[in-house]
Amino acid sequence: MAHDHDHDHHHHDNDLDPMAARVRALETILTRKGLVDTAAIDTIVETYETKVGPRNGAHVVAKAWSDPSFADWLRRDATAAIASLGYAGRQGEHMQAVFNTAETHNLVVCTLCSCYPWSVLGLPPVWYKAPPYRSRAVLDPRGVLAEFGLILPEGQKVRVWDSTAELRYLVIPMQPDGTEGWSEDRLTELVSRDSMIGTAVALAPEAA
Amino acid sequence: MNGPQDLGGQMGFGPIAPEPNEPLFHAEWEKRALGLTLAAGAMGHWNIDESRHARESLHPADYYSSTYYEIWTKALEVLLKRHGFVSDADLAAGDAVDEATTPKRVLKPEQVAGMLHRGSPYERPVAGDPLFHAGHKVRTRNFHPTGHTRLPRYARGKVGTVEAVRGGFVFPDSNAHGRGEDPQWIYTVVFTGPELWGEGADPTLLVSIDAWESYLVAV
Repeated sequence: MAHDHDHDHHHHDNDLDPMAARVRALETILTRKGLVDTAAIDTIVETYETKVGPRNGAHVVAKAWSDPSFADWLRRDATAAIASLGYAGRQGEHMQAVFNTAETHNLVVCTLCSCYPWSVLGLPPVWYKAPPYRSRAVLDPRGVLAEFGLILPEGQKVRVWDSTAELRYLVIPMQPDGTEGWSEDRLTELVSRDSMIGTAVALAPEAA
Repeated sequence: MNGPQDLGGQMGFGPIAPEPNEPLFHAEWEKRALGLTLAAGAMGHWNIDESRHARESLHPADYYSSTYYEIWTKALEVLLKRHGFVSDADLAAGDAVDEATTPKRVLKPEQVAGMLHRGSPYERPVAGDPLFHAGHKVRTRNFHPTGHTRLPRYARGKVGTVEAVRGGFVFPDSNAHGRGEDPQWIYTVVFTGPELWGEGADPTLLVSIDAWESYLVAV
């Protein structure tokens, strides 16, 4: 860390960078006024560090691959199907599952802010929330995918879902060849976070 | 509003640069910013639409030079001031100086799991049947409201096809400004690449938005 700050600065947080100081001051103000409970903040952070993340979504995808009746439920009522696995709530209240096919590859973006299916994917990565992705995903999705190293076969169309409302989209990637009959646990290992946003496809079995 | 948040189709921001093995947080303060934003929101004095509008109302130069947790924090300060919880004097002192409004509720640690699991469902009953159905051609309105809207500029005045009726939902253009939930039908509307982007566009590209009924007119 840089130590080029002004040591004459009287403030108690002079060893912090400006945002760290700003957030600490805000937490101090709100805590002293009794408006927020620091332990509640700890619990929120712990939830997204340890409980809610892309493993949830990978479980949904693996189940859809191995259980056709679940896949069918997911198509018809993704919110209920996903809730049956225990994943529900904040930023996953109204889920839609979109299935990749040989004809169409799906890609999810939020051009207006950072809408993302937290209940199944956790907190979004920085690039998902940043202007380069949000600006170009709707204009030049093939160019965007190429930056992720994904070149789609000619003839496979791209469908971009801009999350402008409270519906949250989960991409169901195509099941890799040669994984028929695999257990859900093994299949889960093939499902990356990015494959459920649409900036990747599922891993090949030899890569898992 | 035609603010800095409305990014679809803009250029010049450079490569996407995904970070290999990206950490969940890039600094300790980001964890606190996330938790503060959710805990303060749980007081129940503003909704997600007002939050989004506070973020997009940052000056464009500030918005584009801020990370997302910075944007959240700056907007949270605006919301806390607007609703009487924090004053300029508090922020200048970095400490509680002025009295705060009495909150409707304060989130306790044992309530966090329940709050996150319930979320904030935004589906609502709507009086009347949907005007449009799957297969209908619609044109999005061409408007430029100074307040909050969820119809991005790139998709205004464009002809698309209704793919699905998704249900009745709170209308953000109203809800962000304390004018009530005014629920409307939402439709997934699909546009072709050439309709959105004109000359040279990928003819195989399809882009959809989720549009409230009042954003749409029949073609």
